[in-house]
Amino acid sequence: MTSATITLSEFQQPSRLTLLFRYLRRNISLVVGLFIILGLVAFTVIGFLTLDTKDAYPLSAKARQPPSLEYPFGTDFFGRDLYAAMVVGMWQTALIGVLAGAIGTFIGVVLGFTSAYFGGLIDGGIKGVCQVLTPIPVFLIQVVIAGSLDKRSVTIYTMALIVVLLSWMGPTLVIRSQVLSMKERQFVSVAKLSGLGDGGIIFGEMLPNLLPFIAAAFVGQVFSAVFASFYLAVVGLGPLREPLLGNTIWAAQTQGAFFNGWWWWPLAPAVAMVLILSSLALINMGLDELANPRVRRTE
Amino acid sequence: MPELLEFNNVSKVYSRGLISQTSTVALSNLYLKLKEDQPTIVTVAGESGSGKTTLAMLLLGFIPPTSGQILYHGQDINTLKGEEKIRFRREVQAVFQDPFSVFNPFYTVDHLLTVPIKKFKLAKSKSEARDRMVESLRAVGLHPQDILGRFPHQLSGGQRQRINVARALLLQPRLLVADEPVSMVDASLRANILETLRSLQSDYGVTIIYITHDLTTAYHIARSIIVLYHGAVMEAGDIDTVIKSPQHPYTKLLIDSIPWPDINRRWGATEIKAQESETEDRSPGCKFYARCPFAMEKCKFAPPLFRISEFQAASCYLYEQHSPVEAERLSELLPV
Amino acid sequence: MTPIMKIINLQVSYYTDSGRARALDGVSLSLEPGEKLGLVGESGSGKSTMALAMMRMIKPPGRIEGGQVIVGGTDLTALSDDEMLKARLSKISYIPQGAMNSLNPVMRIGAQMVDAIRAHNHSISGSEMEELCLQTLESVDLKRSVFRMYAHELSGGMKQRVCIAIGVLLKPQMIIADEPTSALDVVTQRQVMETIDRVQDKIGAAVILIGHDMGLMAQFVDKVAVMYAGRLMEVSHVREMFTDPKHPYAQALIKSLPNLDNKGIFQGIPGMAPALLRLPRGCAFHPRCEHMMEICQSVRPDLIPLTDGREVSCHLYSEAN
Repeated sequence: MTSATITLSEFQQPSRLTLLFRYLRRNISLVVGLFIILGLVAFTVIGFLTLDTKDAYPLSAKARQPPSLEYPFGTDFFGRDLYAAMVVGMWQTALIGVLAGAIGTFIGVVLGFTSAYFGGLIDGGIKGVCQVLTPIPVFLIQVVIAGSLDKRSVTIYTMALIVVLLSWMGPTLVIRSQVLSMKERQFVSVAKLSGLGDGGIIFGEMLPNLLPFIAAAFVGQVFSAVFASFYLAVVGLGPLREPLLGNTIWAAQTQGAFFNGWWWWPLAPAVAMVLILSSLALINMGLDELANPRVRRTE
Repeated sequence: MPELLEFNNVSKVYSRGLISQTSTVALSNLYLKLKEDQPTIVTVAGESGSGKTTLAMLLLGFIPPTSGQILYHGQDINTLKGEEKIRFRREVQAVFQDPFSVFNPFYTVDHLLTVPIKKFKLAKSKSEARDRMVESLRAVGLHPQDILGRFPHQLSGGQRQRINVARALLLQPRLLVADEPVSMVDASLRANILETLRSLQSDYGVTIIYITHDLTTAYHIARSIIVLYHGAVMEAGDIDTVIKSPQHPYTKLLIDSIPWPDINRRWGATEIKAQESETEDRSPGCKFYARCPFAMEKCKFAPPLFRISEFQAASCYLYEQHSPVEAERLSELLPV
Repeated sequence: MTPIMKIINLQVSYYTDSGRARALDGVSLSLEPGEKLGLVGESGSGKSTMALAMMRMIKPPGRIEGGQVIVGGTDLTALSDDEMLKARLSKISYIPQGAMNSLNPVMRIGAQMVDAIRAHNHSISGSEMEELCLQTLESVDLKRSVFRMYAHELSGGMKQRVCIAIGVLLKPQMIIADEPTSALDVVTQRQVMETIDRVQDKIGAAVILIGHDMGLMAQFVDKVAVMYAGRLMEVSHVREMFTDPKHPYAQALIKSLPNLDNKGIFQGIPGMAPALLRLPRGCAFHPRCEHMMEICQSVRPDLIPLTDGREVSCHLYSEAN
């Protein structure tokens, strides 16, 4: 009997980097989405490095100027340099999005795991609360809450909280159903046989496998948060002094920007918002494909 | 000295439904005793729905019995705590049917071996741990350099199942539950895995409960057999005797349906009465009544085990001329 | 008698990130009407790929690269997608592994059967279709009432028999059963195999049974074809395969089978099947073969016929010739 048995170690496994690139080539949405987001991040970072944020606030520049070399995006009625306003506004939008997204995802992970792993009454309780709150029309409640707050106490942080209030149920239910099915998998039983307790199983065995879902849930939450902050600001319920993108559009509209021929005023924030939301959506789709192998496209 | 394992009148009933409760008896009134100093291999055979998987789950402490107790070294496994619970976990292990699903896809296959080493403190240092892993992988015929550091999907089914067996070797349990360990493995590799299991018993003194519906593999490694049908014991005894001369009509059907790779031994000696409905058989009689070609009126009351010889008994009225054996004494029928 | 099926030099490859895997490397087979052929091999030998290739159900990154599959005079590889759709179920049908999981859980059994018929024949009336379905159900030993049931109300064996029923609804000329009993226990397995046997006899279809259980082959088939690493090693009648196998791999397989007389003696086959990405030069089995000669390492043996109608691909026999 010869010893020339062919074993798996004999062939060249392509490097993980190559495999990564090949995968990215197939998952176009993820790539495009990431590209746009990185572009926006670069814009914001460069912006912060090159200008004075005070210019984003009223009375810092000559008002109602069309785009020019001095003011690349023009200025608005109140004398804001719109370029500065965009930069600061993007940053603030990102802040709301990430904050609300993180809190929502965190709650979702904690409640989803607890509910699914421990079952029984705890599960019934959490699931019940989620199911009762989900059909509530979110926009309505957000408007009511935002509208009833004292104008001065509305900051970007309160915006984030208003958004999280009714968005945590989604991730909770998704994570819960994933954990429910994962709980029954045999590697969890073997982990028990190997001496792992509940904590070891949750954090060591199940959590790593759920990372793609958690990432996808996070992106989804960021999306809803950004979108919510946008539409609340557009109807004038945002922190009015801040140059939030939605605020800028609201201000432009109330001052009759189009009628007065100041076309550049609502244009920049609108384009920015479209870019942000579509990139988030694309990343979400891309992550969805990553998390769900059945949807994965093959060559 | 207390027994290694004892099933004391263990039953498991699953009920469904809130208002009109339907219940399925997965296991009924099982008594089993396995001695500490007599490692042996017992086969629990039956079709799906026979209760054999339930038995494995009960034994491993994954589900509690509806009634009765399961004792390990004299203590009820469902009330163990602390040090004793860890001891139980370490000494009672399993090899499952599906070679792939026991691996956590996030980690390399090493994880399956490193976790128990760490949790049960089987090695004092990382290098000692690695040595033990390499040793157990070699013992099942694998090349450690081809295995360690790889992900489960990079290996074949046969390799994965051998890693599972290596894990059992590494842990050197007192009791091993092997639930269809070779049914998803190619024929040519089964020999290797079965050989390893047998050496676990003969060289390391591990008692193995081999659960299967494939009597050909059971025949080769087990010493005794318990045939289950719908949660009840139909026949039990020395495996050579039971397989070569089955007495219970169900055992006869099982043996006859085995696809022997022998053209001179074809199917057809016994007729199969097709079981058409899914309705649970809740009558108190013999569980095999609906499919038995010899069913009689008296079978509506469950027959006890009748002792046909020292190491064979069948629960069937066809043998009522023999003396009955109480269910508690089931273990006496099983040679070691 | 003209064969009902002829596979000529079929080649299928999978293009993966790690390279090209030759799942089927030039396989040729033929089958007479009503004949039962068993296709045996370990996992990775290419037997399931064979079934999928015959049904033209190979999905990317797999591709049929060459060869022909001729059933009842029609070359399936040359048909258009629409024509192939019609050919499936009416000319050649497929019972997959775990077929019971392929039943739609929210439709009644009858509705699924009617669906299958309607996809092929629009002119048949509703009541005729129903009658056909009911008769087919009876032919697989199921009660007519199953027509109105849902999949979850049936046991594993019953579901598998439903799949067999769907497979023979349109009386195809050929049935491919890919490990149809792998998830079933011994008694149910026997029932299902006996059902396939009866039904096949009744409609005169040829059957290819794919599996790795030699025991099942002994009980059921007329001819056995042994596959290894995407190639055919031997094709013999079942009696000869078990009593006098010619190819060393087939011999090792037969020797490793457990039976009642050799308790405790285990005989596996040393070594491992090669990865399809890197097949050895020459004969695919040579690294594990105890009769290996020098020529085996460089020249791939062809499948040649022996005097008694059998075929072997091994240099041991080409030299004798």
